[in-house]
Amino acid sequence: MSGIAPSSAPHAALLHRDGVREHWTLFSLSLPALLLVFVMLVVPIGWLFWLSFLSDAGEFSLEHYRRLASQASYARIFRTTFEVSLVTTALCVLLGYPLAYLLAQLPRRIAALCMIAVLLPFWTSVLVRTYAWLVLLQRQGIVNDWGMGLGLWQEPLPLVHNLAGTLIGMTHIMLPYLILPLYGSMRAIDGDYVKAAANLGASPSRAFWAVYLPLSLPGLVAGATIVFILCLGFYITPALLGGGRVILVSMRIATDIELFFNWGAASALGVVLLVLTVALLYLASRLAGFERLMGGAK
Amino acid sequence: MNRGGALPISVNRVTKTYGRFHALDSVDLEVRSGEFLTLLGPSGSGKTTLLMVLAGFNRPDSGSVRFGDREVVRLAPHKRDVGMVFQSYALFPHMDVAGNIGFPLRLRGVSRGDIARRVEQALETVKLGGYGGRRIEQLSGGQRQRVALARAIVYEPRILLMDEPLSALDKQLREHMQVELRQLHETLGMTTVYVTHDQREALTMSDRIAVIDKGRIMQLDTPRRIYERPSCRFVAEFVGESAFLPVKVSQGIVTLDGVPLKLGDGAEAADGAMFLMVRPEKLRILPDGQQSGPDVNVLAGRVARFIYQGESFVLDVELASGAAVSVRGMTSSAAMATLPQTGEPVRLGLDRSDAFLVPLEEKPA
Repeated sequence: MSGIAPSSAPHAALLHRDGVREHWTLFSLSLPALLLVFVMLVVPIGWLFWLSFLSDAGEFSLEHYRRLASQASYARIFRTTFEVSLVTTALCVLLGYPLAYLLAQLPRRIAALCMIAVLLPFWTSVLVRTYAWLVLLQRQGIVNDWGMGLGLWQEPLPLVHNLAGTLIGMTHIMLPYLILPLYGSMRAIDGDYVKAAANLGASPSRAFWAVYLPLSLPGLVAGATIVFILCLGFYITPALLGGGRVILVSMRIATDIELFFNWGAASALGVVLLVLTVALLYLASRLAGFERLMGGAK
Repeated sequence: MNRGGALPISVNRVTKTYGRFHALDSVDLEVRSGEFLTLLGPSGSGKTTLLMVLAGFNRPDSGSVRFGDREVVRLAPHKRDVGMVFQSYALFPHMDVAGNIGFPLRLRGVSRGDIARRVEQALETVKLGGYGGRRIEQLSGGQRQRVALARAIVYEPRILLMDEPLSALDKQLREHMQVELRQLHETLGMTTVYVTHDQREALTMSDRIAVIDKGRIMQLDTPRRIYERPSCRFVAEFVGESAFLPVKVSQGIVTLDGVPLKLGDGAEAADGAMFLMVRPEKLRILPDGQQSGPDVNVLAGRVARFIYQGESFVLDVELASGAAVSVRGMTSSAAMATLPQTGEPVRLGLDRSDAFLVPLEEKPA
């Protein structure tokens, strides 16, 4: 402020003061939201960090981290978590991309109806949907009954209480998180792009790979990122459908707290998961060059 | 740079309906080889539909479209080998300028070195040499327009389609680009079909203009004949400004408010509702007391309004019959000094050669 020389121009000082006042008024409007973010996000995460550095005796120590590093079972849990999340994300992309593409091609009104079909399960409880999958996939469940009835397979397939059940359930629940941003970005793609590609001599498949897919990539990356992050911390569905055979970090955190009442160990797990996730996303964004990709999408 | 010369286009009885709406109503159109032909019409007239039929993006209900000797009406768009400039330009945002222009060449299996050479050549053609590395979002509207054009001509198509390519540009740039596009057409020589709703643009650029309304071609002619000798009132109204004064025709004698009209050559007085077409710049203000020549029709009235427009002025005149006409003049000091004031009587002269009759409607050409 001191850099501005007092000016003899009419109202200069007053107009400047008005500007400063407006600035602070707008800032004060966002204050409640900032406060909320601080209380609900910054404080708990800070507390999590703090707890993870306390020993059982309540002194500062790195024992929880030391245990995470020394025990092979933890490394395995982290690997399983990332693998399951990655495979679920891949399945969501494989299922969700064609579905979102179909929706984006339909007339808006029909697409809206179909979207309700996609979102309807979204509005029911995750617990209910997970139990529904238990019923469908168990040994005497509908899927096995029909499969054997139609002669597709002879013995009941183990579809639940294992990795298969975990993946089926997680993919189903995560699918809308992929489709929503992807559908939005596909709708925003001007139809002229694909027409131009065709006019320039691209067959429909060439036009898709060379033009449509790259233009829908920002939406796909956004959706896949959301799904991947949600999967990393997913608890209910893998816990119920995995049947104890697929152990994810979230389940280990739950056992540490419920069984052993060890907040420090649980916090350390949470911190490591958080740091790994952030690091991975940062790396991915550097590799894929999101900004360049996003820069083109208007 | 043109490989195989231009191709003529022959459109035969092409019809496209949406429900009961006729977007194209049995359209016939012959575009000559190397010609710059403009489809001119109001929005919803079917001009863009016709262009999309040529490009292959719109499948007509019936009819034939031939490029040269080849029937293409059932051919997929990517096999037609026509260039097209979209209204939105449709430049791929995820490719740079060279990537966009090289795209059709890559699809045609042109070698890497040749692509680079031909891309640069196309950029030179549209006066954007050295812009290959730019990103699309860094370009101005006019530059995007040029890139879209370069992309449409780089593979040397024998037919070029343009869908209102200048409508997104501001007036000065648009007028500049009109001249440039026209020059480019003369250099490249490809058959060009150009869609616009801007009559001045059509008049400036075209070899011939097809005026379209309600899915029908109302008149297909040179710009000059479209303007001077419109086939019906719709064409006369859509192209340029005009007043229309109802005339009486009986036994070959044409009268306006009881006074016989002196008509130019080619002005036919068919029976039925006919109008005298009065364009503002064809009228002139007759000095007081001066005798009009034998070949001048005189319209007497009173000045209703004076509008100053910089290089020219417009005088709205109310005739004795109650009809309104406008007269346009240049704003030289001499002309301005003798201009009658609002409310004063004024006499307007219309030369015999500028007196032209149009029917209310004519069956489309």
